[in-house]
Amino acid sequence: MFSLVEGAIPAFKTFGLKFIFNNQWNPTSGKENYGALPFIAGTIITSLAALIISLPLSFSASLFLGEYYRGTRLAQIIGMMVDLLAGIPSIVYGLWGFYVLRPLLIDLGLPNQGFGIFTASIILAIMIIPYATSLSNEIISMVPNELKEAAYSLGATRFEVIFNVIVPSARSGIIAGYILSFGRALGETMAVTMLIGNTNIVPKSFFSTGNTMASVIANQFGEAEGLKLSSLIAIGLLLFVITGIINAVGKFIIKKME
Amino acid sequence: MNAAQNKISHDNLNLRTAKDRWVKYIVIFLSAITISPIILIIFKLVAKGYRQISFDFIINTPPNTFEAMTAQNNGELIPGGIANGITGTLLMVVMASVLAIPVGVISGVYLYENQGKRLANITRNVSDILQGVPSIVLGLISYLWIVKNITNGFSALAGSVSLSIMMLPMIIRSTEETLKMIPQTIKEAALALGVPYYKVILRVLLPTGVSGLLTGILLGLSRILGETAPLMLTALGSSIINFNITKPTSAVPLLIWEFYNDPNMIDLIWSSSLLLMAMVLFLNIISKQIAAST
Repeated sequence: MFSLVEGAIPAFKTFGLKFIFNNQWNPTSGKENYGALPFIAGTIITSLAALIISLPLSFSASLFLGEYYRGTRLAQIIGMMVDLLAGIPSIVYGLWGFYVLRPLLIDLGLPNQGFGIFTASIILAIMIIPYATSLSNEIISMVPNELKEAAYSLGATRFEVIFNVIVPSARSGIIAGYILSFGRALGETMAVTMLIGNTNIVPKSFFSTGNTMASVIANQFGEAEGLKLSSLIAIGLLLFVITGIINAVGKFIIKKME
Repeated sequence: MNAAQNKISHDNLNLRTAKDRWVKYIVIFLSAITISPIILIIFKLVAKGYRQISFDFIINTPPNTFEAMTAQNNGELIPGGIANGITGTLLMVVMASVLAIPVGVISGVYLYENQGKRLANITRNVSDILQGVPSIVLGLISYLWIVKNITNGFSALAGSVSLSIMMLPMIIRSTEETLKMIPQTIKEAALALGVPYYKVILRVLLPTGVSGLLTGILLGLSRILGETAPLMLTALGSSIINFNITKPTSAVPLLIWEFYNDPNMIDLIWSSSLLLMAMVLFLNIISKQIAAST
């Protein structure tokens, strides 16, 4: 961590704190000017969008596993498949997104040959589903049976039990689960790099192309040296700090519940 | 209760059960969408990649672009395989395990034996933070440590170091969690017999928890096996089989990335991905089996 700071010093020395808010990324020698804003914006937009897309899916899956079909063989199989989603390497997601999802989105009329924030968010959403699902599934299964039985004995339907008993008592755990999976989405590299379009600008719309902090490092590291290298390392440091804060918040909520 | 009231509450009940049923259908439907990608991805990989998988694929190095182009124009299979990737992946994963497993297990035992102490809490928090660090940042760190200072160039060693940092927190955590589940009485029985403390750890605690440890290690392996981003910054890739840890080395995910950037190699992408997925899922399922059998 110390060496990250050390490597980032030249960039911060040249650009100062403006590095974070500068929206230029100009590698022309002589006029070199680097700023992290396009990538910070791209990272947060894609990850937030991924979180929103994955929310209904992983919430349903965790209800399916932790409530409706809890303890059955079907839930075991489905649970295993959701876990396997976590095992697929990032680059395979990228390939699938490139060769399967992208043509589909082009047919639906997406601009930029299907590259962009939206495509990357969908793949990211699929990638974080297993984390969000397994965390909220665990919390939902932990809701005491007495609470649910009390509600049932008052004549509540299952839907009412879920939204009036289970969700409120598991709320903070579920939120923590989503925060942690958001942290995961922030740092994903390969799949995003292959799908986001890699343009170094602050994305103008949800369907435009962009770049994330992780993907700009992966893309430009090979030819980088000097000030550019230092700027990339500084972006890495920022990414580290952001994910660290997000994870700390998630862990803190979980700890407070215990 | 008069008839009108009766009817109202009856309607109300119908509405409530209807809502209940619809929510259930929606949950089932969305769950089906949730698991569909895994089926689609595996199906796609098998459908596109199975033709290339053969013994030659495992023992040969990749063709150059021209060979691949000629073969594709003639409608033949692309010759060659990914031997350099497979050996590179094995080399780096084994080295990463050698670095991470002893340190991880020892730290896990330390955390377990020193519950609630200050230094142990700090260690646990650092390990938790490490688990959340994006893999590409780990690649950067390993680049700054190893590539710039030790091997003076991209190397397998740098790749292994970044992978081992990734694996470390998983092993620490699974060691600690496993040891916590072992009944205190077993440990106390050994101590009561006058067994020295280090022997209690080596002969009683670790053997009892071995299946839990193994699960953690296998899950860690399956995670680093498919990692691409940190290797791009550290091991770089190489077109020949390389066992020298100070030289650039290829890996299966790195080769997939290279094939992806070369339009003539498309067929090789699918078969290498299939192979990689098979390895990852195999490790994943084995570790789940071990966990389930205890």
